[in-house]
Order: sequence, then structure tokens, then C-alpha cells
Amino acid sequence: MQEFLSAILLSSGYNTALVCIGAAILGAASGAIGVFILLRKRSLVSDAVSHATLPGVVLAFILGEILWGYGRSLPFILAGAAFSSMLGVMAVDAIKTHTRLTEDTAIGTVLSTFFALGMVLLTIVQSMSIAGQAGLEGFLLGATSGMLFSEAVTIAVASMIVGIAIVLRMKEFTLLCFDENFAASSGYNVKWLDRSLLILLVSVVVIGLKTVGLVLIVALAIIPPVAARFWTERVPVLVGISATIGALGSYIGAAISSTAPSLPTGGIIVLILFFLFLVSLLLSPVRGVLAAYIRHRRFQKIVHTRQGLLTIANGQPILEPLTRKLMIKNSYMCGDGRVTDYGFSVAQKMARDQELWNRFKELDPEAAHSLQDWSLRPIEEVLPYDVVSELETGLKPHTV
Amino acid sequence: MEIFLQYDLPSILLGTFAALACGLLGNFLVLRRQALMGDTISHVVLPGIVVGFLVSHNTSSLPMMLGAGAAAVVSVMLIELIRRLGNIESGAAMGVVFTTMFALGVVLLEQTGAAGVHLDVEHALYGNLESALWLEATSLNDLLDWHKLMLLPDEVKQLFVVTLLILIVIVVFYKEFKLTSFDPLLATTLGFSPKIMSLLLIVMVAVAAVAAFTAVGSILVIAMFICPAATARMLTDKLSTQLFISGVVSLLSGVGGYILAAFGPLWLGYDFSVSAAGMIAVTAGALQVLAMLFAPRYGILTRRWQQKHSALAN
Repeated sequence: MQEFLSAILLSSGYNTALVCIGAAILGAASGAIGVFILLRKRSLVSDAVSHATLPGVVLAFILGEILWGYGRSLPFILAGAAFSSMLGVMAVDAIKTHTRLTEDTAIGTVLSTFFALGMVLLTIVQSMSIAGQAGLEGFLLGATSGMLFSEAVTIAVASMIVGIAIVLRMKEFTLLCFDENFAASSGYNVKWLDRSLLILLVSVVVIGLKTVGLVLIVALAIIPPVAARFWTERVPVLVGISATIGALGSYIGAAISSTAPSLPTGGIIVLILFFLFLVSLLLSPVRGVLAAYIRHRRFQKIVHTRQGLLTIANGQPILEPLTRKLMIKNSYMCGDGRVTDYGFSVAQKMARDQELWNRFKELDPEAAHSLQDWSLRPIEEVLPYDVVSELETGLKPHTV
Repeated sequence: MEIFLQYDLPSILLGTFAALACGLLGNFLVLRRQALMGDTISHVVLPGIVVGFLVSHNTSSLPMMLGAGAAAVVSVMLIELIRRLGNIESGAAMGVVFTTMFALGVVLLEQTGAAGVHLDVEHALYGNLESALWLEATSLNDLLDWHKLMLLPDEVKQLFVVTLLILIVIVVFYKEFKLTSFDPLLATTLGFSPKIMSLLLIVMVAVAAVAAFTAVGSILVIAMFICPAATARMLTDKLSTQLFISGVVSLLSGVGGYILAAFGPLWLGYDFSVSAAGMIAVTAGALQVLAMLFAPRYGILTRRWQQKHSALAN
């Protein structure tokens, strides 16, 4: 706990602090780009993108060993990863557009075949018996514990650049997601926009390889935007919230995993992100489950009260338990089921209100239909005074 | 011959049965646009497998199967729940669930020290095809000897049973699967419930994924759910033919991939072998690429060539 606190507060060593900050920036960038990927319904393309990095990583390592006798140079490996994952993205698109196979099949083909190729290459590396090849394993699940200072700086700076690029292009991407045709007709090159979105996705994935690992990096682009969807519908806000969730999850995850070597960074980050997703799902006041339940209960109460009062006005007994409870609670009824005087008078008013509504529906069905959501309210609160009094003249005199 | 029987044959059998079990089921996944269900299931079973392993301390055991099955069921329900509650497209919901479950598995592995004993993440991804041995075999006659056959590794027998089971289910419910995959509405009016059939399919996929998972790793499982079926789909329009072709492709990749992995580098003059599971998947992928380019009717290059030809003829 002590260690975790000091890691969270950036006071457990310069390197750990840098790793945490780098992870946070990366999380923000991937959360932001993830929103557009989600809106374009291409979330699982990122799965293909991340798995397709493996052959590039291993080939770059082998090439580095052959050329300079040193394969572990991070920028070179990341360049290899970017190259092979771009190939993967292009392969998905090519299969989708040029064959009869669907996008999900294309994604599955690319991710499994590319990853398998990477596995084969990995076994070749193992047989080359090079010292230091163990570092490659870290790319699978992410390892921040042994990260060099220069590597942490590379990751932080690269994520920052991607983040700025996303902010600058936000308007165009929003347009692309909601109205591709409009974007095209107002002079944007839609194809290039789509491609630049994927290039940014590939950059985020590649930058995150070392921290989160290639198996789980997709979570960084998928979970934050899905969680953010529960908080808002507006795209700029969505991007902001998603980036915040991504940053928070990655930061806390990186801090926790820095406290013990047996806590794999990628796994911990994903679990924290899922926790944030659960919080959003349950507690968001906008689209959260709890808020929806409360709204539902409130609505149910209004409907049941109204129906109960109408039943009283008709002189019929109330049998439904919830309605009975509500009637007694509002002292429209005594505990034994007798209706109080107060209950009678409110019921008469409600019956009259209902009659007026019914009449309004008869006379002007279209207007009544458009006011449907309001028809549980007293009619005077919804319709203007003169309309109500006009409706009243058509009714029998009010008798109480 | 003895070495082949003892070291290579069990691995070939493992790879081929895994390829067949997944490859046949994949046809329906590909047709229903659920190709990534295989991907999802083979990721989400990890925490179940880890828990099962911690309970039983054995890599091919019933608790592991049960744990994996439970994890698969929980995940399918979770995906459906997230999709409905959040009004989120199923791809994203799948993404949320499978990454979380896999992360849970990874953390469990590292935390409990199961890693390094018999099970680790690399194992889960790559499998351990080469470790299957049949040391009791001495000659070809042993292939007909029941007692000797029973001494084959448990994984091989397990996968054989699962493959047989899948074959039987596909044959018995062929009409139902076909109808619910192509025309769910018609199927409903005729009295087959598409829901029950897709549930049965998911269950079969989970069984195949779990049985193959520990032996060959999740990547080969994913590849086999998709590549043979996709290859067959490029070559034919008829479901029965497609099933047959996908079976042949699975067999070819299983046997061919293993041979390339074990002996390929030797032929090139190197004295090592590469990952068999990886090579089988790569072989299946390569066959699919060939089919996508050169399939008689739907191949990309074939079509180009035909267009050119007909343009010239006009």
C-alpha cells in the first residue's frame, strides 16, 4: 500500500514516475482515437492491428541483430511493428472489398495468420541463441519494470504527438463518423481521412506495445470509449471523457504494477479500465443502469397513482399491491382499504383531467400524439388556458 | 519410423484433430458473420482454465474444462448484457469482455505462481503441440493395437472425441444449421428456433476451443475457426461442398503445417524446428490467400483475368 501510494504520487523514483506519466498520455491518446473507431463500428479492426504487429517486431529484432548485432533498439522495433500492422490493416481492407468474405472474417484471418507468422519467427529467434532475446517476450504482455529511461521518454513524446494530431483533426473525424457523404461533398478527402484515422490507431497501438503488450493493447482503444458512451452523446465531450478514462486507468494501472514484478502492466491496466467501465455502466446519471432504474420507478409511481385514483373515481376496489401501497402512502386510502374524503376529491379531479385529455385526443389526435409523453400530467400544466376551457365547455358540468 | 511414431505422430494427430474440430464449426461462424466469436471464446476461457488448473494441478483435466466452459458462458452473457444496457454494437461489447477476461487470466496466472509450473501465457497463446509423446509405440502395427492406442496422450484422445462429437452434431443437425444460418425467418416459421441453434453452435465452439486450447494454443484455434471455412467459401456456394472442402483444408494444414515446421528448416540446412502451431496457422492462411487470389469463380486474379478476356472478346 505504501509503495502504491508513493507510485501514484510520483515519488517512487524518476523512472517509475515517467512510466506512469507516459502510460497516462498513451491512455488519453488511445481513448480519444478509440471514440472515432467505435463510432465507425470498427472496434475489432484494432484487434487485427495489434496482433499484426508481432511479425514486424520479431523481423525488426532479427534485422537489427544481423545488421548491427543489437536488436533491442526500441524505435527500430516499433518501426517494424508499425510497418507490419499497416500491412495487416491493408489486408483487412483488401479482403473486405475485393472478395466475398465479410469484415469479421477478414479481421480474424489477418489477426491469426499474422500472429502465427510472428510465432514462427519467434522460434527462429530462439534457435539463433542470442542473448537478450528475452526482451521480446515483454511485447506480448507489456513490461514497464525494466524500461530504460530513453524508452519511457520515447513513449511519452510519441503519445503526446499522436494526442495533438487527434485534437487538431477532431472536427474532420467527427464529420466522417456521422455523415460521410456530407464530409465528401464539403470537400474533404474521405478516403484519406479514414486512412489517417487508421494510421493514428496504428501509432497508438505501436507506442503501447512496450507498456501494455500487443495482446491487450486493443482494450485501451475499446473500453474507454464504450465507458464514455454512458456519460454523454456529444462527440467532443465523448472524446474528452474517453481520454480521461483512458488516462486514469493507464496511470493507476502502471502505478500498481510498478510496485511488484508479478503484476503484469497490461493486465492490471485492463482490469482498472474495466472497473471504470463498470462504474460508468452502473452509476452514470445519464445512461447508467442505476439512473435508468430510478427513472423507471418514478414513472411507474406516477402511472400507478393515476390509475389508482381513476379506479377510485369509478368506484371500483384497488387490488394491485403497488397501487394500494401508493394510495395509502399518499393518504388517499386508509390502511383497511376505505377511501378517504381527501382521496375522493383528488380522484374526482383526476377523473375530470382524464376526461379532458380523452376529449382532446378525440378532437385533435395528431397534437395529442405529439404530446403523448406529457399526458400523465394535469392538463392545465400542458395546454394553454383557452384550449382547456374550450374543452371544458364540451363536458358535462363539474359535479362534486 | 520409431521416432516418427513416438515424437511426430502424436503432435500431428493433435494438430489435425484441433484443426478439424475448429475448421468444421468455423463454416457456420463465417456464414453467420460471427467469425470473431471464435476469437472471443478462445480468449475468455483463460481465467476459467487457470482456476481449473489451480484446483486440479493437472493440465488436461475435467476441472479445467468446466472452468473454461463456465468462463465462456459468463462471457457470452456479459457481452449480451453490455450490448443491451449500453446500446453498443456487438463488436465493441465483445472487445470489452474478451480483453478483460484475458487480462484477468493473465493476472491470475502471474499472481498465483501457476506460471512456470505447467501453464503460462505463452503456452496459452502458442500451445504445446510438440510436447505430445507416444513413447510406447515401436512399430506401425501399434496403430491397430487398442491397448497401445489408449496410451496416446490424454489431449489426443480428448480432441479425437470432441472432433467426432462435432462431426456427429453437424451431420444430425445439418438441415437446422443450414436453415438458421441462411434464413432465420423461414427457419422460425418452419418451427426451428434460430436461438436454440445459435446457442448450440456457441456451446460447440466453446467445447472445441477449450479442448484445442491447451494443446495447440489460442492463436491456432482462432485461425482454424476462420481460415479453412473462408477458403472453402471462396471455392463454392454449396454448404455441403463447403463443409467438405474446409475439412480437407484443415487436414492439409494440420499435416502440412506440422511437417513444414518440423522438417522445413532441416531441408533448408538449419538444425532447428519452428513453432508447429504457428506453422499450421500460417499454412492455413497461405491456402486461404491462394483461394482468394485464384478461386475459379470468386478469386481476385481470376476475375481480373476474365474481365480482360471478355473486354478483348468484345
